Amino acid sequence: MASESESGAAFSPRNFLASRTRWHALEIVFWLSTLLPFVLVPDYLQLASQIAIAALFAISLDLILGFAGIVSIGHAAYFGLGAYTAGIVSKYGVSEPVLLLVLAAIVSGTLGYVSSFIISRFRHLALIMITLGICLMLYEVANLTSWLTGGADGLQGIKIGPLLGTFKFDLYGKTAYAYALVVLFLCFLVCRRLIHSPFGLSLRGIRENPVRMPAIGAPSDAHIRKIYTIAAVIAGMAGAVLAQTTSTVSLEVLGFQRSADVLVMLILGGAGKLYGGILGSIVYMVARDQFSGINPQYWYFWIGLMMVLVVMYLPNGLLGGLEKLTRRWRGKS
Amino acid sequence: MKQLSIGIVGAAASVLAATVSFAQQPPVKIGLILPYSGQFADTATQMDNAIKLYVKQHGDSAGGRKIEIIRKDSGGIAPDVAKRLAQELVVRDKVDVLTGLVLTPNALAIADVSAEAKKFTVIMNAATSIITTKSPYMARVSVTTPMLNESLGSWAAKAGGTKRVFSMVSDFGPGIDAEEGFMRAYKEAGGQIVGSVRFPVANPDFAAFVQRAKDSNPDGIFAWVPGGVQPAAIGKALNERGIDPKKMKVMGQDALASDEALASQGDLALGIITVANYDHNLANKLNRAFVAAYSADYKRNPDFFSIGGWDGMHLIYEVLKKTGGKTDGEAMIGAAKGMKWDSPRGPMSIDPETRDVIEDVYIRRVEKVAGKLVNVEFDTIRSVKDPVKARMK
Amino acid sequence: MLGSMAGILFDGFAYGMLLFLLSVGLSVTLGMMNFINLSHASFGMLGGYVTVTLMQQLGWPFLATLPAAFVISALVGMVMERFMFRRMYRATDLDQTLLTIGVVFMSIAGAAYIWGTVQQPVVMPDYLSGSFLVGGVNIARYRLFLIVVALVITLLMIGGLEWTRFGAQIRAAVDNQRMARGLGLDVDRTFSLTFSLGSGLAGLGGALAIAMVGLDPGFAFAYLIYVLIVVSVGGLASIWGSFVAASLLGICDMAGKYYVPQLGSFLIYLMMVGILMWRPVGLFGKR
Repeated sequence: MASESESGAAFSPRNFLASRTRWHALEIVFWLSTLLPFVLVPDYLQLASQIAIAALFAISLDLILGFAGIVSIGHAAYFGLGAYTAGIVSKYGVSEPVLLLVLAAIVSGTLGYVSSFIISRFRHLALIMITLGICLMLYEVANLTSWLTGGADGLQGIKIGPLLGTFKFDLYGKTAYAYALVVLFLCFLVCRRLIHSPFGLSLRGIRENPVRMPAIGAPSDAHIRKIYTIAAVIAGMAGAVLAQTTSTVSLEVLGFQRSADVLVMLILGGAGKLYGGILGSIVYMVARDQFSGINPQYWYFWIGLMMVLVVMYLPNGLLGGLEKLTRRWRGKS
Repeated sequence: MKQLSIGIVGAAASVLAATVSFAQQPPVKIGLILPYSGQFADTATQMDNAIKLYVKQHGDSAGGRKIEIIRKDSGGIAPDVAKRLAQELVVRDKVDVLTGLVLTPNALAIADVSAEAKKFTVIMNAATSIITTKSPYMARVSVTTPMLNESLGSWAAKAGGTKRVFSMVSDFGPGIDAEEGFMRAYKEAGGQIVGSVRFPVANPDFAAFVQRAKDSNPDGIFAWVPGGVQPAAIGKALNERGIDPKKMKVMGQDALASDEALASQGDLALGIITVANYDHNLANKLNRAFVAAYSADYKRNPDFFSIGGWDGMHLIYEVLKKTGGKTDGEAMIGAAKGMKWDSPRGPMSIDPETRDVIEDVYIRRVEKVAGKLVNVEFDTIRSVKDPVKARMK
Repeated sequence: MLGSMAGILFDGFAYGMLLFLLSVGLSVTLGMMNFINLSHASFGMLGGYVTVTLMQQLGWPFLATLPAAFVISALVGMVMERFMFRRMYRATDLDQTLLTIGVVFMSIAGAAYIWGTVQQPVVMPDYLSGSFLVGGVNIARYRLFLIVVALVITLLMIGGLEWTRFGAQIRAAVDNQRMARGLGLDVDRTFSLTFSLGSGLAGLGGALAIAMVGLDPGFAFAYLIYVLIVVSVGGLASIWGSFVAASLLGICDMAGKYYVPQLGSFLIYLMMVGILMWRPVGLFGKR
């Protein structure tokens, strides 16, 4: 936190927050460059859409992990619930993607709100294992209710209509990427606003010291419940977008592997920075696509090696490492 | 002399013409989607080995066109990934054929792509009945779960001589299909199901379920578990509970008595009865040659995943020969319908109506032959079709 | 009825001991050293492959491979600690997580490359297979063997940590590193030995487990959840806690599967969440 207090010359909380909310040139360049795949690599749009979905999911995890210190290895619970909601409802005649997205957000958010009452009471290993437990139980429920979810074969008969009644989800993934990107960007705007608000600051206070924050008038539990619910909403939307753009939902949307993957992507990019999750998903998914294309049987080795090297030489993730490098470079010149 | 030289010139010219036309034709691209990593990695290994062997023996061209295989890893049950890979294969790599597909959810997910892009698709393993109904360009060369288990069910009640069977299956798609198939045929043939249980897919210890089976006092046990770790585990659990397959009939599908399961169980496995569409022990000439070549290259025996890969490649090659190298979906599936051939597994064909496989099904028992545990076929049910699709009509 | 209940108790307890053997090493590395070691099951997998390779290639008897599985896993653990993990003790939890998941990925691919993807056959000697009846209860020999080994290891571990010099050094180094250094204790060496002890125990657990649960490259990931559940429910750093938690989980799992099979693994997860809500530090945890 030391670097943050250095930046404000005339230091007041209001000025500080305002300085953080201003858009950096690099940010604008980044978001403009997300449009490049349409022109440069039109064959990779389907992958791009899944990267955008993973990024959205990672941002959602970052809200609770990076900003409120809630380590979750069961975040797929909300992702999966969103995916199933969108998939199941679409079978019964609601085919407009945006409407399904809203429904998925509501359902996931509700579960998030309910479980936030449990989550906010625990820390450390117990918290981690409870998040995992909730996710695994949901997985079992989805497997038990195969009349509803299709069980292990996956949900059948998903019918997703054209987006806004006009844009069909095509083989090339044009609509899919555009849709995923818009959802990602809008959610990102909300999150960005949120973490630079006084609420966001007090969350970071809770992360650093959950006992002291209530003493200075910030109710830890209530704040944690709020951010956890918001994260669940966003994770649910990510799941819904995946269900819609691929027309598939299967048990693995709730699986441990998915929770672990998103955690890996977030840490790889750098937690607590919003862009970390996005960068991590891009690097992880592209690396996976390339490695597994070259070496379909043993690509896990290379991706594991990449993770080990990142930790050894760029602690705090790619973004953390990059920040350190640029600071060192500036210091020298 | 003159005639001969004309002949030579003519032959040379035609060879030249053939090479020219060969060079002009772009290769036929085959997108092979298999779970190379993760829980089901070994199925991909076995299938891909057979595919490599087929290409090695039959050359890398068919119907006058070169064959190029593009391999993609779907990494276990992941329909979203499988579907994306199929889309990318179609739009980026411009493949003409989609194939592989060990797992049902993945096969169902790519059916959309097959139908929309009108690509000939060969299912090399996924065994749920409905898959082939989801795209008109799909054909299957493996088997369906009901084909095997309904055959076993009626065999168990008639020739098998059991009256009271306890059923225990894995609680997911293929396991439930197997249970339904077995029970339906068993009851129709006059048998009684004295109890049944479904256990979680990820289940390292079977002792409790075997105890339940034993408590209901059956004269036969039907068990379905996915291949890999579990067949040996269930075999050991039976042994620990004092159930001897030599005395009580223990029945199941092929994977229950796979090579690995037999190696782990040793003599405890003697007497286990399984139903299968292929076994490396089948005594026909084609199979002997296939098994010899396969084990020379890969130091192990082929299994039903391997035969799926082998016959899948065979179907693709033969279809290309028949269409003269034409690769549009209509032409290829048209050529595939009704195609018949002799496979190491025995005679087989593609049903022109359902595009599903028609083949013989074998009932086998684990026996010791020359000091080795093998599955010995003692009953054959000829030309079995998928019973679920027959009932749909 | 009573007979089957006693049978379930015995089988469940034995299954619990299997989980205990797999996870006791983790209560050393994660519990005592506070290192987020998600690669624990990879060391278990290594032990399993050592046993299988020695039995198949060199024809060693099963029992003789067990010490080898312990020693080789411990040595590999020691080397990795020296060159990789030692540098990460001060890193954040998140970096430790990423590092050790990276190791898991590499171990899965490495095992597939060296030993192939095939399911490894594990044939038990005759005196460890089959079962006998005691008062109507079916006692499987291998399960009995697992229980005995687990009890021996529990006693050795608890006794060793309480009453030996090395045990005291571990406790001192773990409790207060700086103070231990000040007293002239070679903390680096102690940590190195402790980590290899944890890895060796994982290897032994893996070697013992494969006869019941099989072995393929997926092992490193498949048993991660189970060992985490045992250690968190038992309480960090408590060998006794892991023992109790593992037996409880094993028995409940077995009973659940027998009486309400349709619930599947749901019961175990519910139980874990319930216990942790009641006692967040685990049954015998202190912090």
